[in-house]
Amino acid sequence: MVTYLIRRLFWLIPVLITVSAVTFIVMRSAPGGPWDTDPERRQVDAATEKSLSAYYGLDKPMWRQFYAYIIGDTNSQTKEYVCGLICGNLGPSYRQRGRTVQDILFSPPEDKTFWQSRFGYSLRLGGMALLMAIMVGIPIGIIAALKQNTIVDYVALFFATSGISVPSFVLAIFLIFIFASRLHLVDIVVDDWTQIKYWFMPMAVLGFGTLAYTARLTRSAMLEVMRQDYVRTARAKGLAERAVVFIHMLKNALIPVITILGPALAGLVTGSFIIETMFSFPGMGRAYVQSIFQRDYSMIMGTTLIYALLVAVANLSVDIIYVFLDPRIRLED
Amino acid sequence: MSVQTASPNKIAVINDVFKPSRSLGQEAWSRLIRNKASVAGMFIVGFFIFLAIFAPVIAPMDPLKLHSGKRFLPPPFDQGATNIKAEPEFLLGTDSLGRDVLSRVIYGARVSMVVGFLPTTIILLMGSTIGMISGYIGGKLDNLLMRLTDVIYAFPDLLFFIIVMVALRDSFIGQFMNGLVLLFAALAIVNWVGVARLIRGQVLSLKQKEFVEAARCIGAKDTRIMFRHILPNSLSPLIVWAAFTIPGLIITEAVLGYLGLGLRPATDSGQFFVTSWGVLMLDGQTAINSQPYLLLAPAICVALVVLAFTFLGDGLRDALDPRMRGTQ
Repeated sequence: MVTYLIRRLFWLIPVLITVSAVTFIVMRSAPGGPWDTDPERRQVDAATEKSLSAYYGLDKPMWRQFYAYIIGDTNSQTKEYVCGLICGNLGPSYRQRGRTVQDILFSPPEDKTFWQSRFGYSLRLGGMALLMAIMVGIPIGIIAALKQNTIVDYVALFFATSGISVPSFVLAIFLIFIFASRLHLVDIVVDDWTQIKYWFMPMAVLGFGTLAYTARLTRSAMLEVMRQDYVRTARAKGLAERAVVFIHMLKNALIPVITILGPALAGLVTGSFIIETMFSFPGMGRAYVQSIFQRDYSMIMGTTLIYALLVAVANLSVDIIYVFLDPRIRLED
Repeated sequence: MSVQTASPNKIAVINDVFKPSRSLGQEAWSRLIRNKASVAGMFIVGFFIFLAIFAPVIAPMDPLKLHSGKRFLPPPFDQGATNIKAEPEFLLGTDSLGRDVLSRVIYGARVSMVVGFLPTTIILLMGSTIGMISGYIGGKLDNLLMRLTDVIYAFPDLLFFIIVMVALRDSFIGQFMNGLVLLFAALAIVNWVGVARLIRGQVLSLKQKEFVEAARCIGAKDTRIMFRHILPNSLSPLIVWAAFTIPGLIITEAVLGYLGLGLRPATDSGQFFVTSWGVLMLDGQTAINSQPYLLLAPAICVALVVLAFTFLGDGLRDALDPRMRGTQ
């Protein structure tokens, strides 16, 4: 058990190194440097560019830059040792001068709490969406399974299927059109995210896919469990229907549902950037999309790495929970 | 000796025996067309393929022609909030440059259909070859390939597409076919992994089967066993996989287009790919109040295509493997 956990944790390291190496190589192979991505709107002259490149260490060989990015290196101008990724330093942003990537993502504006930072906003939205998906999806799945092959089941199944397949940004477009553009219930561009009423739409859009998937999976798991002998035994010994459903059926049916929460959480994290952009939500995803439009290479790299780390950790934690929940799982060595 | 006449029952049985036998494909097809949702899905997919091929004939106008003074016209059936008067010949109105939205949406089907089908073919060829070799040969090579798939699996795929498109869009390869070649390459690099694992699993279980042993006994070569005996038996999961992957690829293209990383805008009308649904949505997002159909029309198209493929995929899974029916 412990060896399994340690092995899984160590497996994170090659994955993250590969992800950062691939990101690094792809980003660096972009034609031109970060200062002249758009030749028509060249922002700096040659001399400034040279000193900027020297300052950011971009004149060094590739492997050295990668080493500096991951481990750290001495800055050739200030002669200071700058620690890299292993110290949590994602490097300076190329577009927002004077700020580092981790600063943009994680530190809140002055005299605000962590929850007001970009990452904090995204975390809150993702958490709310996941909570909604679980709280609504599982009951829908249970009801659909108990009323199998009735109209309730068909309606639930249709919504689940469309929720899984229709991408969230398409749903966002429909909802914005109906509720913001036509019914004027909410503003299209929201400035004040302290009001809770503005959170509902992005939360619903972000969580709907997961909700649908949870509902469908709960339904099929329940249907599987309902046919088991121990359920018949429970009924035969005269247990109340409620006890049969919640204790004997649900407890076993929820195990496969929990396994998808990892990928679901990962999906909520990576799916959030397009939703955040559409709702002009001040989270990490929108910062990511902005950095894509601005070709802010260090910002794109840093955010990609954080997303990859989140996805890997989410998957790992679910694998671990799964082992604890299901005693039937045998771990290979 | 009297000849006994066969009872009607027996005749029926005999007739059954002599009926031309149906292949597995025919059986699956007859099950598929009994599924109403799948048939509807097939029709919708067929409709969009038709639109994509015959776009120049169907589109009412040139999708690149700028109608000066007719910017942001609303569609005739929905005046909306603007005070610009709709014109009947622009069925879905016009965009910020006075181009006909309906024609642009019709041309957009081309990109989505090509993005759906072409990379899928590449991915299937690549993934099944690698998966088959990995599963059949086994040993160190198998181990190496599977570790490689583990790493690719761990990389969040949309992020990979984004960094590839950001970095290489302006490079030499990014210019081919309005940037579609680069997109295909990125999609293939990530998605072959799923096929490879699927096929490897199939090969591992099938290579123990008697018919493979029999083939080996009569001296069939490894390549013949792989491609004539094992591959045809793993086709069903591959077909189902394709039906569920195609909409994923279409969505990816739309997302990238929406992020400004998709198709490069075409300038002359002779080009095959004019615009894509994702690019149209990017154009439309700033005009949700004045011309919402710029955003809505491509969104509805994406939703329809994706749903159609999902229903088709569900039907295919049930048809090709009746044991799976109702379990998902």
